[in-house]
Amino acid sequence: MTTIRELSHREDLLEGGHRLCAGCGASIAVRQVMLGAGGTPVVVGCATGCLEVSTTIYPYSSWKTPFIHNAFENAAATVSGVESAFKGLQRAGKIPADKKAKFIAFGGDGGTYDIGLQSLSGAMERGHDMVYVCYDNGAYMNTGIQRSSATPMGAWATTSEVGSVGQGKPQRRKDLTSIMAAHNIPYVAQASISDWKDLTSKAEKAFAVEGPAFINVFAPCPRGWRIPYDSTVEIAKSAVTSAFWPLFEVVDGEWIYTKRSVTRENRKPIEEFLKPQGRFKHLFKPGNEALLAQVQTEVDRNFDHILKRCGL
Amino acid sequence: MPTQKTLAVTGNTLVAEAIRQCSPDVIPAYPITPQTTVVEELAKFVANGRMHAEYVNVESEHSAMSAAVGASAAGARVATATSSQGLALMWEELHIAAGLRLPIVMFNANRALAAPINIHCDHSDVMGARDTGWIILFAETAQEAYDNTIMSFRIAEHPEVLLPVMTTADGFITTHSIDRAQIMDDETVAAFVGDYEPENALLDFGKPVTHGSFAGLGGPYFEFKNSQRMAIERARDVVKSVGAEWSAITGRPFGMVETWGMEDAETAIVVIGSTAGNARHVARGLRAEGKKVGVVKVRCFRPFPYAELAAALKGVKAVAVMDRSESFGAEGGPLFLEVRSALYDLDERIPVVDYIYGLGGADVKIELIDRVFADLSDIASGTAAPSGLVYLGAR
Amino acid sequence: MTWDISKIDEWKSDEFPRGAVIPDSGNSRDYVTGGWRSQRPVRDDAKCTQCLFCWIYCPDSSVNVADEKVTDFNLNHCKGCGVCAQVCPADAITMVPEGCELPEVK
Repeated sequence: MTTIRELSHREDLLEGGHRLCAGCGASIAVRQVMLGAGGTPVVVGCATGCLEVSTTIYPYSSWKTPFIHNAFENAAATVSGVESAFKGLQRAGKIPADKKAKFIAFGGDGGTYDIGLQSLSGAMERGHDMVYVCYDNGAYMNTGIQRSSATPMGAWATTSEVGSVGQGKPQRRKDLTSIMAAHNIPYVAQASISDWKDLTSKAEKAFAVEGPAFINVFAPCPRGWRIPYDSTVEIAKSAVTSAFWPLFEVVDGEWIYTKRSVTRENRKPIEEFLKPQGRFKHLFKPGNEALLAQVQTEVDRNFDHILKRCGL
Repeated sequence: MPTQKTLAVTGNTLVAEAIRQCSPDVIPAYPITPQTTVVEELAKFVANGRMHAEYVNVESEHSAMSAAVGASAAGARVATATSSQGLALMWEELHIAAGLRLPIVMFNANRALAAPINIHCDHSDVMGARDTGWIILFAETAQEAYDNTIMSFRIAEHPEVLLPVMTTADGFITTHSIDRAQIMDDETVAAFVGDYEPENALLDFGKPVTHGSFAGLGGPYFEFKNSQRMAIERARDVVKSVGAEWSAITGRPFGMVETWGMEDAETAIVVIGSTAGNARHVARGLRAEGKKVGVVKVRCFRPFPYAELAAALKGVKAVAVMDRSESFGAEGGPLFLEVRSALYDLDERIPVVDYIYGLGGADVKIELIDRVFADLSDIASGTAAPSGLVYLGAR
Repeated sequence: MTWDISKIDEWKSDEFPRGAVIPDSGNSRDYVTGGWRSQRPVRDDAKCTQCLFCWIYCPDSSVNVADEKVTDFNLNHCKGCGVCAQVCPADAITMVPEGCELPEVK
């Protein structure tokens, strides 16, 4: 475990001056993940989305690393190409055989859970030595808060509207982290920007493995969630304490719950996570009691499922 | 000393050989009929240590081109191959490869597009990619497919060009028939192609660069497109000079267009790919009867050889364009539109008729080409008016 | 490298680096987003325990740290979101209304 003081000696690989919103969770995720790379050279790829657009508005780039953006659905395939080039050029003798490098792909939940799932699955199955990081803010925020398969049940989004008939997204969330664990890759983790120690240590482990690793990082979006922009970290914390977003890792198939302080018994009611967010305000209106209860049931079911797999 | 061997092999085998000889560093590949034997051969070369390339078994053609973009931006020489639906699935990435100015080389086995699904030859797949910014070469024979593939690396990586190149051959007809062809020795090809010296490689850690930036906030997107246009215009000379150089080594001619009997032809067929052989066969027979007929074959479709076509067709009384793909709702197929445009600047007005033929592998019978020349003869002599678009051989 | 873009508005099409490459990764250091700010963080050194939470949670890489200690804020980049003040366990950071002397907005 690297302490925060030790981390502070590492170079911040994301430069300021990018044009993400004030209080954005994505850049917090990026900074914490990249601190986990230590001093090894890093190449970054990024799916189309807020992070990509806001950090590379021509002629400015916020990446102090080599960086590539290709398209929306193919960050994993693109970075797998970069990593393959590294191997091919090593074999050609153009890059020294003992040279080490890390390869990271970032994508939002739209670019990862939805449109990029196939290319992510392919890249992980092929065993590229890369870390894929999903910054999950639960909607297509770059195009203006449209629903994704990561959007929580009951959440308002501009394509899962609240009206006389609709009450936000009726479906359950996709459990992407488990899907990635089912790829039998060496390292999979679920983390949150609120728990920096947990996240940076997971990033270190992900970089350390030979082969593919995946980290799903909870990264709130103040604009899309309708929360004040100073509460990004706070709301992420309450996602963890309410067990909406359990923190765990899967190391070579072994499931490990990494937030032992949150249990079935002491997890906070889901209202604590939902209430501060404007996207859930309809859930607290008279008539939606059953829906709110259903959201709680869903969170508990998912939490229980994960704990059981962790042997708890 | 260049040494050539004569072999009896399929077009796909030769294309795989050409790719091996050009030593790409990365091959992202996904199988599709009738390209499959190319990627199988390449996998064998890699498994036997005959290539140093990293072979990436991508899960789709979209990822094949995505990985190719990543690898090329990283600084690697990259080759891949596809066909038909696979090329269609890559469409988005084709634009990106060209826009990022990445010298990727891709072989395409020309095949029809669904629906209905069909695995046989036509040019709908490649023509669907004609505006993506790629340089596009068409081969008539296995030999040309081999030569074009080798030249593609030189053209793509030329510092004045830096654009991706699609080298194509007709599905099954050229990719799967066994043909007589000459293959150059490995050393000569390696020396001809040379080393790829990338600029702005991602893997140059000493100089971190950003690829794929967002130039859409009143940014210079328009300027980038203009510079892309300048590059493909410069490619005209590069295609010719690389062709001349390869021609000097191999003894085989190469031009953007290839003409037969055009010195004094009164009527001519303009055609792309394997059907050029059928057209010449018919033309030869007609010449023996004293008829002044000719054939113009287009080898480089992008950049399109307007000046060469105009020069070749000047003075002809009637021209037939044979299009093996559609541009539904246009006045003719993609080749027709280009040829008629090429002739616009000539003083005389030459009648041009478009024949859509061979879609989905529909048989290109000799009688059909006989009929085209007969139509041309009637138009040239004034006994018939030029018809509109003809579906050649359709019931 | 330093990439001189001072005359970018005068560049001809073929003077731009090919393929929209940015040959100077990290050059957004020169781009000012401080003008977005309506409030500004002020740190009380007496209260500050140097836990570095403000540094690790800053979305704009705008908390400057040297020798394991927060020194100041990069006000060229700080957008005034207030996350630093919220996460501070010692209440050492206060957000105060930004005055009129804003950095140049780019």
